Amino acid sequence: MRYIPNTDADCKAMLQAIGVRSVEELFADIPAAVRLKRPLKVPPALSESEVARQVRALADKNANADRYSMFLGAGCYNHFSPSILNHLVLRGEFLTPYTPYQPEVAQGTLQALYEYQTLICLLTDMDVSNASMYEGASATAEAALMAHRITGRSEVVMARAVHPEYRAVTRTYASQLGISFREVAFTEAGVTDIGQVRKMLSERVSCLVVQSPNFLGVIEDLTPLAEAAHAVGALLVVAVAEPVSLGIVKPPGECGADIVTGEGAGLGTGLNYGGPAVGFFATREKFMRHMPGRLVGETEDREGRTGYVLTLATREQHIRREKATSNICTSESLIANMSAMYMVTMGPQGLRDVALLNLRKAAYAKDRLAKVRGFSLRFTGPTFNEFVLRTKKKPGEILKGLLKRQIIGGLDLGRFYPELKDCLLVCVTEQNSRPEIDALAKALGGGR
Amino acid sequence: MSGTGNTIGTRGLVLNEPLIFEQGSPGRVGYSLPPVDVPEKKAEVLIPKRLLRDGIPGMPEVSEVDVIRHYTRISQWNYCVDLGFFPLGSCTMKYNPRINEDMARLPGFAKAHPYQPEELSQGALQLMWELEQYLAEVAGMDRVTLQPSAGAHGELTGLMMIRAYHTSRGNPRSKVLIPDSAHGTNPATSALCGYRVVPVKEGPRGIVEAKAVAEVMDNEVAAIMVTSPNTLGLFEDQIVEVSKIVHAKGGQVYCDGANLNSVMGISRPGDCGVDVIQINLHKTFSQPHGGGGPGAGPVALKKHLAPFMPVPTVEKKGPRFNLDFKRPKSIGKVRAFAASFGVLVRSYTYIRSMGSAGLRRASEVAVLNANYIQSQLKGTYHLPYDRHCMHECVFTDALQARHDIHTVDIAKRLIDYGFHPPTIYFPLIVKAALMIEPTETESKETLDQFIAAMKRIAQEAEENPEVLRQAPHNPKVTRMNETKAAREPKLRWRPTS
Repeated sequence: MRYIPNTDADCKAMLQAIGVRSVEELFADIPAAVRLKRPLKVPPALSESEVARQVRALADKNANADRYSMFLGAGCYNHFSPSILNHLVLRGEFLTPYTPYQPEVAQGTLQALYEYQTLICLLTDMDVSNASMYEGASATAEAALMAHRITGRSEVVMARAVHPEYRAVTRTYASQLGISFREVAFTEAGVTDIGQVRKMLSERVSCLVVQSPNFLGVIEDLTPLAEAAHAVGALLVVAVAEPVSLGIVKPPGECGADIVTGEGAGLGTGLNYGGPAVGFFATREKFMRHMPGRLVGETEDREGRTGYVLTLATREQHIRREKATSNICTSESLIANMSAMYMVTMGPQGLRDVALLNLRKAAYAKDRLAKVRGFSLRFTGPTFNEFVLRTKKKPGEILKGLLKRQIIGGLDLGRFYPELKDCLLVCVTEQNSRPEIDALAKALGGGR
Repeated sequence: MSGTGNTIGTRGLVLNEPLIFEQGSPGRVGYSLPPVDVPEKKAEVLIPKRLLRDGIPGMPEVSEVDVIRHYTRISQWNYCVDLGFFPLGSCTMKYNPRINEDMARLPGFAKAHPYQPEELSQGALQLMWELEQYLAEVAGMDRVTLQPSAGAHGELTGLMMIRAYHTSRGNPRSKVLIPDSAHGTNPATSALCGYRVVPVKEGPRGIVEAKAVAEVMDNEVAAIMVTSPNTLGLFEDQIVEVSKIVHAKGGQVYCDGANLNSVMGISRPGDCGVDVIQINLHKTFSQPHGGGGPGAGPVALKKHLAPFMPVPTVEKKGPRFNLDFKRPKSIGKVRAFAASFGVLVRSYTYIRSMGSAGLRRASEVAVLNANYIQSQLKGTYHLPYDRHCMHECVFTDALQARHDIHTVDIAKRLIDYGFHPPTIYFPLIVKAALMIEPTETESKETLDQFIAAMKRIAQEAEENPEVLRQAPHNPKVTRMNETKAAREPKLRWRPTS
């Protein structure tokens, strides 16, 4: 086996040195009753070329954004990834170390994560960021748990316009600890109903959780939501599923958010059928010690040279065990660093330009598609790169028809919102050209 | 005095590299974008001005070359599996095959959207379905959820299922039994599920004894969380009796599968009475660790727990694969979308490359390598549990402590010799542990080099202890002031103006 260097002769020499006759003797502690007496029912080994052929055959059965016009977003966005990102994350020095427990030989990972933490703070306009969570939904769930720890309150108010899977995950996590949930409706503008928010908020509420741009594509006005939450001593948690929006949209930190979570895969990692992804998690200085996850801090070595270490470990499970702020251990360092590489490559101008390109293309598509007979805009609020169309025909049938033209036209919202079963969520990114958008309009019956 | 002689650890040219924020120049760019082919409306025409941002102060402005140099330079300050021996105990730092990386990047996987129609995702679903079968077979279980993103996430998912199972029978119960040798994630996970932790002491042989479990087992215990093989590298040889005791009072047996790499094809946790086990794909199944993720922690389970699995599950009907969301008793979801899919592609490719016999061979050689190190270092270092080990062996600094040399000094000196240190000061039940896990992907020559370095360090502890206290000498930085980092936390760069 090419991954196992020791030959039979090597093994024999080692067995002799140990003083046993066979490997079997080394397993003597395993009771005979629980020994497996047959080979594993796993197919026999394949050569590299065979395995590549078989796995490629599976990959080829899937649609992908190279072969289809992709107008599907809904929390997983088709953005361009500069070539250097892939080359950099494939460097063995980033790809193959463990979590940086020995800082003297992990300064590369540590400095990169320190820079990542800073970049997330700059992007969200928050004070501190951790070194990554699994992905956006569980990061948002952890934010709800953190608000519960800070306030000692056990009720969460969550906007219905938050990604349905983020809501589901938060519910799963919080229900273990008896935290209850209430959902705030969205208005005809497609934004969270601030009147209803004010009614639901009380001194029993630990946090208000909203998303912006929300799942319906609409940008929330966060400032009044923050004020409403703070008025009752609750925290505002803002989830950002589409981080590219932050190139142009006012950052949650500037609007009074207390915790900002989100999905970083849009920053250069891509679709990957939903993962691996990376959850980002940022908060205010005063809540720093309540944060879940790893933190990288600056310090110096014995000779006074600047360097970086994992720090504030007293929050973590390996020290605090059952009193830890979270059980998270392995998270998403490489993907976090990939998103940092993306932000650094784009820079302030590139992040703005790509956001503006998304905004303009989506605005063009929105205009164009809303004029097609049988389609209209469902919500009036401002959008970034996604919007909701109300359709005369069933959305499912429309999407099926588009597949024949190699177009994945969006999401049938009835899947998550019974009240929007006549609606389609359409996403347009910098990857969709004008001819593609025109082809979509044409396929829907919009002429030209 | 810091010399390491003719060993693989040496000095080389390493470049300094400041933070990226201290570099660049206004107007310098590293990106390119396609031309705007739609009307160039101003942002404030499309979005009210009060919802827009002015800019992102502090973001660096650098070229593509700058980005490559920056990350390449800092990457060279890392030790990694590709460079050499990384015997971090309980972390299974095996070689990460490159074909796996190629497969995960195939456009049919990397550019597939999780919400694209099932009929256009059959390859992804088939891969997940087959991977579930393989993992279930290795673990001796009935079903596997692929959703959890890491080992601790798998623990959480497993314990949530156990809680849902008990709740469905009328009482979620209130306690979880955890041996003292357990990883810290086990108690932290229990707390996240609202359970109180009841510690169980290991017996003198380093394993959990049935007698000790029987004493604390009652009808309020939801589960026991055992790690087998455990963090001492020992097979929990009373696990069958322990399972019977726990089951008799209606409890569940959760196994932390972090150390599955030692028993593939040899013994299956499911056959030992385990009800739930998480499988760390970034350990046993070759997903690269990436400096702390991404990993994945699929959870294998017995069929009585299947109704509680997270949604969606992957099902097969005839030749067609589909995602099943209609599972009324499900705990819900633990992450968005189906799974950390790219990780699954790598582990699938690995399993197909190794095959049935290869997986067993991997476990045999992993155990052989660990026992070889143990046998060669016994006597030089104190071995608290003197019996054959499984995938890892645990020594202490007891023999070196006479010279005021401690585990940390030994670990740091290993760096000078060109090796990554073992896991240190864990498990907590061994004072000043050095936990060494070689894995199967290391040759006898590498192990011999490591053994020689460990022996020289023991000699240095007697003859020249100061060189150990000051170690490491060769890396770019030496021991870091961790107290300062924690007392005056500086977690980010800030613009000066």
